Amino acid sequence: MNYWYCLKCLYFRSVFYEPDGCLCVYNLVMILLQRDLQRTPSVATFAHLTNSLKHMSTVSTGLFRSSLGRKYLMALSGLFLCTFLIVHLIGNLQLFAGDGGQAFNVYSYFMTHNPLIKIVAYVNYAFILLHVFDGLYLTMQNRKARPQGYAKVDQSKSSTWSSRNMGILGTLILVFLIVHMRTFWFEMKFGNMPVISYDGDPIQYKDMYVVVVEAFEQAWYSALYVISMFALAFHLYHGFQSGFQSIGLNHHRYTPTIKSVGTFLFGILIPALFAAMPIFFYIKSL
Amino acid sequence: MKITLKVWRQQNGKTPGEFKTYQLNDVSEDMSFLEMFDILNDDLVRKQDEPVAFDHDCREGICGMCSMYINGRAHGPMTGTTTCQLHMRHFKDGDTIVVEPWRATAFPIIKDLMVDRSAFDRVIQAGGFVSVNTGNAVDANSVPIPKQDADKAFDAAACIGCGACVATCKNASAMLFVSAKVSQLALLPQGQPERHIRVKKMVEIMDAEGFGNCTNTGACEVECPKEISLENIARMNRDYLVANIAD
Amino acid sequence: MKLDAKIPEGAIADKWTKYKATIPLVNPANKRHIEVIVVGTGLAGAAAAATLGEMGYKVKAFCFQDSPRRAHSIAAQGGINAAKNYSNDGDSVHRLFYDTIKGGDYRSREANVHRLAEVSTAIIDQCVAQGVPFAREYGGLLDNRSFGGVQVSRTFYARGQTGQQLLLGAYSALSRQIGRKQVDMFSRHEMLDVVIIDGKARGIIARNLVTGEIERHFGHAVVLATGGYGNVFFLSTNAMGSNVTSIWKAHKKGALFGNPCFTQIHPTCIPVSGDHQSKLTLMSESLRNDGRIWVPKKQNDTRKAVDIPEEERDYYLERRYPAFGNLVPRDIASRAAKERCDAGYGVGTSKMAVYLDFSDSINRLGKKVIEARYGNLFEIYEKITGEDPYTMPMRIYPAVHYTMGGLWVDYNLMTTIPGLYATGECNFSDHGANRLGASALMQGLADGYFVLPITIGEFLSKDIQTKAIPTDHPEFEKAEREVKEKISRMMSINGTQPVDHFHKQLGKVIWEYCGMSRSAEGLQKAKKMVQEIRADFWKNVRVPGKADGMNPELEKALRVADFIELGELMIDDAYSRNESCGGHFREEYQTEDGEALRDDNNYAYVSAWEYKGENEQSVLHKEELIFENVKLVQRSYK
Repeated sequence: MNYWYCLKCLYFRSVFYEPDGCLCVYNLVMILLQRDLQRTPSVATFAHLTNSLKHMSTVSTGLFRSSLGRKYLMALSGLFLCTFLIVHLIGNLQLFAGDGGQAFNVYSYFMTHNPLIKIVAYVNYAFILLHVFDGLYLTMQNRKARPQGYAKVDQSKSSTWSSRNMGILGTLILVFLIVHMRTFWFEMKFGNMPVISYDGDPIQYKDMYVVVVEAFEQAWYSALYVISMFALAFHLYHGFQSGFQSIGLNHHRYTPTIKSVGTFLFGILIPALFAAMPIFFYIKSL
Repeated sequence: MKITLKVWRQQNGKTPGEFKTYQLNDVSEDMSFLEMFDILNDDLVRKQDEPVAFDHDCREGICGMCSMYINGRAHGPMTGTTTCQLHMRHFKDGDTIVVEPWRATAFPIIKDLMVDRSAFDRVIQAGGFVSVNTGNAVDANSVPIPKQDADKAFDAAACIGCGACVATCKNASAMLFVSAKVSQLALLPQGQPERHIRVKKMVEIMDAEGFGNCTNTGACEVECPKEISLENIARMNRDYLVANIAD
Repeated sequence: MKLDAKIPEGAIADKWTKYKATIPLVNPANKRHIEVIVVGTGLAGAAAAATLGEMGYKVKAFCFQDSPRRAHSIAAQGGINAAKNYSNDGDSVHRLFYDTIKGGDYRSREANVHRLAEVSTAIIDQCVAQGVPFAREYGGLLDNRSFGGVQVSRTFYARGQTGQQLLLGAYSALSRQIGRKQVDMFSRHEMLDVVIIDGKARGIIARNLVTGEIERHFGHAVVLATGGYGNVFFLSTNAMGSNVTSIWKAHKKGALFGNPCFTQIHPTCIPVSGDHQSKLTLMSESLRNDGRIWVPKKQNDTRKAVDIPEEERDYYLERRYPAFGNLVPRDIASRAAKERCDAGYGVGTSKMAVYLDFSDSINRLGKKVIEARYGNLFEIYEKITGEDPYTMPMRIYPAVHYTMGGLWVDYNLMTTIPGLYATGECNFSDHGANRLGASALMQGLADGYFVLPITIGEFLSKDIQTKAIPTDHPEFEKAEREVKEKISRMMSINGTQPVDHFHKQLGKVIWEYCGMSRSAEGLQKAKKMVQEIRADFWKNVRVPGKADGMNPELEKALRVADFIELGELMIDDAYSRNESCGGHFREEYQTEDGEALRDDNNYAYVSAWEYKGENEQSVLHKEELIFENVKLVQRSYK
């Protein structure tokens, strides 16, 4: 593995320049392939790949047993959930379409019936659980690393508030998620929902739009949403860029950009747009 | 200046400790923080009391022995400064200063403000070196090293092993210390042959010593008296990933 | 006692090569059964322990710090010399040898110094291979700079932290051997005596500083690498814990002490600010490359430095020594500063300081360049003084920095006790009466990596039959008893004064009478004063707490007791040497314009002192120095 000149990806090489080559996607794939090709002269198969993953997680000093490995899981699951948020937001923005909920209901139907989306959804749930349990485990370990705390602590100058309170923020988000899923996901799956059909469309749509509107007309429910979006904002403000750092992507030229994206997109824009939904429907109901 | 000191006193690792308050009436602002402790100890000895035990040696900010958690911050209020380099001109007349030892499972207390940092030595023993015996070396100029790499390696190598990163981290993580050594050698051609095995072994021992996990708060970088960069932690993160995937 | 330096026969350039090739070896199977104790883990100690471990010996290493990485070698700033001639300025092994002999004012042993110059190049190779990040040029090759006392650029450096980087290199090599279980590391342990069985050094008594336990450790041979004794002055650039105890105990057990009065006063340190001062901080000599030293032409000038016009400044080094200017050797620069301050031209509140001014260089090269070269030093200065050296000249004054004296050793680095070795600063060997800048790191690593591990074979090869001696041997018991008695005697005094009280008194006397300049009259007076301090100490010192646990005051007390005894020997040595040379300046012996006046006919020897017992006068032995390869001339840097 000695790529002094990585001709396949000049761009990435300059991004994450290391003396012995780069850590671009190309090289990572090559490393994995080489590794598997060495073992069996045949083509690398899916089985080999899962074997490799198994190897990494089961050996006593294995990747995912180490503190760093667990951080990779935190980062990868977190970053995956960040991309999910974008998709989720774009879909939900259809609430503002002003068409009495048609676009939104069609979208909801698509999301619950497309097989590919279904798979992705389960991956998503898995990642949420992974993120939660891994976070819990790491927090417990961190407690053990300093059983007796300081009498006086002044961390205001050395780190951001959100970076120090990821656990609390995450717990708030988890509570929100449970309420959120109960209200919408559970109803959509198992609840008795009004149905609606649109002209020229044979499908009977569950009227998710009405459920949403009714939920957001309750002041306490909307308030919970808005507060939770603040928690999400602070969580992502630290979490997004932290994810990159955890998997080793830090570069003096590009990290500031990543941090800006974390701040403005994930720390402000996305939570603000999510929060705008309950506010919009609540005000409308007055 | 008049200074009130609240100092952690603890006879040894087995007995519980407590804060004791001391009053100093004649502190000069040209004094270093440790010279103030010299005066306190001089006073305590004369009063037939036991002086405060604290670690210190070179008193010029390079040996890494001094280690006080001052007013809630490792090495006190100034950045890029060790406890021994901290001078009293940065405090005000009448201030109360709380002084505690580094606190971490991996750094057990020996006495008062002294802790045992041998966990750091064991991490280095696991792989923080280039395996080259005396007399094996080739001519020093036979391998040119780009100046930028040598400079980066130096920046990482400037670590003094004081443990402020662990002390200040809310998780008592040693990532900055370990990654500084991993980075230094990963950046130089001499470190390449053992690059993967080194990072794996050092991380293994780091975990076994009971340090916490990094949550990227970045406090270590700010409180590090040698201002070691977080980039080193990222470099170790990716070296460890590659090492585990490749080998 | 006849002192035999065991210098090999042959031409100077061949001695080491031939000797190395003929030295008896210990085969690998035997090495496994031979134990070597190394005390101290600075450059010399860590390098020796690591190398002996690599060779297959069983090594036990000791240091009083909490980690071997903290030894005071770490504080060396400037650089390390090596005769690589990468700068193409005519450097060579011979020139480095010559410069070192001349810089030492012709009071060092030719053969040792030549060997030092020879192995200097291998040190750089070794350190680079370990991953020491030396400064480099844009082409990727190593950069060099010049240093005081020489006219070539042969100094390798790592910003202003060369000592740190070299020590961490040696520490990493040592750590590797600890990991391999070749070296057993004892941190927070202080050696309190050496154990001699049948005339050979066979172990040490050490105190575990955490538990207070007194421990016995056996070794077929004992290597001391415990650094210098500059803390005898109380204020010095040494670390707070640096001490003379190990070599002093060895001296009291029969090892001769070489040139104890040869101490180096470093010209560029931050001046004392008050009585509370606990130590002095060095500003690397490399600053003299770009800084100009001056004082006002008018006595007691109280104007700010920037307000004093150019024509009213006296650049006294450039005036007196036009050829070398601000780059004269350390002893000369130090004395010149003292001379100006004594004459009333000093600056700052204490009037005991001179200016080191960078404004010319900043104008010529720009602030950026100066920052790149000395940024970290400027930061250190600003932290301590609260002043910004970019806009205001630094104030500097000489301070004790290095001790050329130490245990007398032969060519093998063995003391007069068989099996007891001394390496690095704690031996007397290579620097004569004055050490050149960037040579201490060179000597420490030369001894540790390349000399001792080979020469120790001479002794150990005869010892392959010797089984490990159990530590219940009567000599171990006796040594331990003596240590315990001394500690309990000290603890039971229960006087009124803390240890530092006596240390400060001692320091003042030695600085005043046995410091930068000495006189017969002053030395006689000082001897009495030191004896009084000693008596007072043993009557009135107060060591609080208990001996069976961590007790830093007890550690200090044990060290200071030895410093007081050493102080007396330094005075004896300075008194006996009726000449001025290097760091030893006797007021009675100077030229008309105030330069040191050597007496080669009568004093071209190494003083080696023999301990005769408490309250007994030590006896002087002489090792005549024979110069076959350099001509003795009056040192001139004009």
